[in-house]
Amino acid sequence: MQLNTRLGKYGGCFVPETLMGALEELELAYLNILPDPKFQEELSEYLTSYAGRETPLTLCKNMSRDLGCKVYLKREDLLHSGAHKLNNALGQALLAKHMGKKRLIAETGAGQHGVATAIAGAVLGLEVEVFMGEVDIARQALNVARMNMMGARVIPVTSGTKTLKDAMNEALRDWVARVGDTHYLIGTVAGPHPYPTLVRDLQRIIGDETRRQIMVAEGKLPDVIVACIGGGSNAIGIFHAFIDDKNVRLYGAEAGGEGLDKRHGASLCGGRPGVLHGNYSYLMQDSFGQIIESHSVSAGLDYPGVGPEHAMHKDSGRVTYHAVTDTEALEAFLYLSRTEGIVPALESSHAVALARKIAPELSKDSVMIINLSGRGDKDVETVIRYMEEKA
Amino acid sequence: MNRLQNAFDNRKRELLMTFIVAGDPDYATSLDIMRTLEEGGADIIELGLPFSDPVADGPVIQQADHRALSAGMNTDRFFSLVRDFRKSSDIPLVVLTYTNLVLQRNIDNFYQDAADAGIDAVVIADLPFEEAGPYIAAAETAGISPVMMVSTTTSKERLSGILKVNSGFIYLVAALGVTGVRQTTDQNARKLLAELKSLTKIPIAPGFGISDHTQVQEWGDAGADAVIVGSALVKKIGEYYTRQDLLIKEITVFVENLKNQT
Repeated sequence: MQLNTRLGKYGGCFVPETLMGALEELELAYLNILPDPKFQEELSEYLTSYAGRETPLTLCKNMSRDLGCKVYLKREDLLHSGAHKLNNALGQALLAKHMGKKRLIAETGAGQHGVATAIAGAVLGLEVEVFMGEVDIARQALNVARMNMMGARVIPVTSGTKTLKDAMNEALRDWVARVGDTHYLIGTVAGPHPYPTLVRDLQRIIGDETRRQIMVAEGKLPDVIVACIGGGSNAIGIFHAFIDDKNVRLYGAEAGGEGLDKRHGASLCGGRPGVLHGNYSYLMQDSFGQIIESHSVSAGLDYPGVGPEHAMHKDSGRVTYHAVTDTEALEAFLYLSRTEGIVPALESSHAVALARKIAPELSKDSVMIINLSGRGDKDVETVIRYMEEKA
Repeated sequence: MNRLQNAFDNRKRELLMTFIVAGDPDYATSLDIMRTLEEGGADIIELGLPFSDPVADGPVIQQADHRALSAGMNTDRFFSLVRDFRKSSDIPLVVLTYTNLVLQRNIDNFYQDAADAGIDAVVIADLPFEEAGPYIAAAETAGISPVMMVSTTTSKERLSGILKVNSGFIYLVAALGVTGVRQTTDQNARKLLAELKSLTKIPIAPGFGISDHTQVQEWGDAGADAVIVGSALVKKIGEYYTRQDLLIKEITVFVENLKNQT
């Protein structure tokens, strides 16, 4: 590898020998193709005229009144496909095309990344196969149908916990067998180097836009930014542009599930460092290092690991991470829907819930930005069940 | 002193290295299987220390890992199993596992415990050369042979680094993809074997996809110092573990068939 593969002491390249060649090839593409002005122009064209960037930064007046500070939403829910995932999928798919690859594979939990990859494959003319756990296929039927309609093949994963973790295992296994013609389009800022850096660079557009937009709207940087964390790509995407601005407080909302003493998906708040899926980062594991099954009401956060850059920010204290429970997230889903007429993804609802908890510490003039990473259509059934159980 | 090196030094033909997952289907049966393999003619036993997320392994070994973990296998019990077996055997023992299990025990402690239990070499399926520094150092301190993997996708630059490691043997990944039975032999892997033989004196052991006596013999004829058979054997265990009466007999026949050709 030509670059340092570590982010602080985290990250690295812990993969079977057979994949090292493919990662070296990808790193070369990252170094040589990605920064090329022609490539950037082509990607920018897709992101604007096709995907709908830039996305709005919405001042939420009702929520601001209710929470006692100025609340903005960065509207990644309005991006084509309904989530931030498309920024990365279009970028990597275009990169794969320039690398001469014919086939994309992807893992997906909630299905948003699978949908984004299916879109990118359809528009760029690449074959797409998406690995998805059987459990997730059952709870995200809408996204499975969307992928199929766009010509992607969804491959049910029946090994292990049958969720995102195992979908990633199967995608890695497939890639080992077909490294020649296939690009593995990882959906988050995890996996082996260069993925955490590559995906961050493709998602940082969220923060770059937000920075410009808030300067226009408020003439100053925000006081607080809140984002949800599964693998952590939307959070790194919005945080990255503000990392050096020490007065901007950054908060990450992890999946607290049923609570940190019960089943959850909060690897930063409730795990310890270890190696899974190619990188060294915080993990949910037993004392011997076997990975523990995660749990979250939101499939996209139901993952026992987290991107290595978040592990670094946790240790340095630059970002504060909190666990948000299933119930808090479901309540936040309903809250945002009723207060602003915006139906958030259950993943993003974790960020909304954390924002509600932080708000009492803020003054009336404080500016808080929530990264609304996706829209909630796919979660409506889950929320209906919750409301029925509650009633 | 060094069981593994002695075996390679004194070999007449290629050695037969048989792989099973430790604790599959349970601790006691696993011990019986190891003894059966040795009696049947295996020259080296490779033991998988099972991991919850074995990305280099196909379905057969994944299921074996699952059976072993469900029956309570863990790193402590793994070393007990090796110690129990060592009471009555001097066959070379190789461990195959994944990085996190070594890391969580503390790298130095893992290799020291492995040496104390009677392990000769350690292979880590998701630890490429670039990340292996602390693991190789700990292995050498403990007197364990580190084992590096090489595949047909390994670049020349990386290969020269890998060959500088004092490996007990080089694990040649004989087929692209995960572990599992395959009908045909990858000719590129065969070429890689010839290339490696010209570059190093370190013994070369192909594994992945090698399942029967014909394939073992072909690899031996091509110059392999040892040949690793895993999934085909583990598959037998998967088929017969509920029939304890047949299991040992099936494994005896299987390993004798492999061995008759070596």
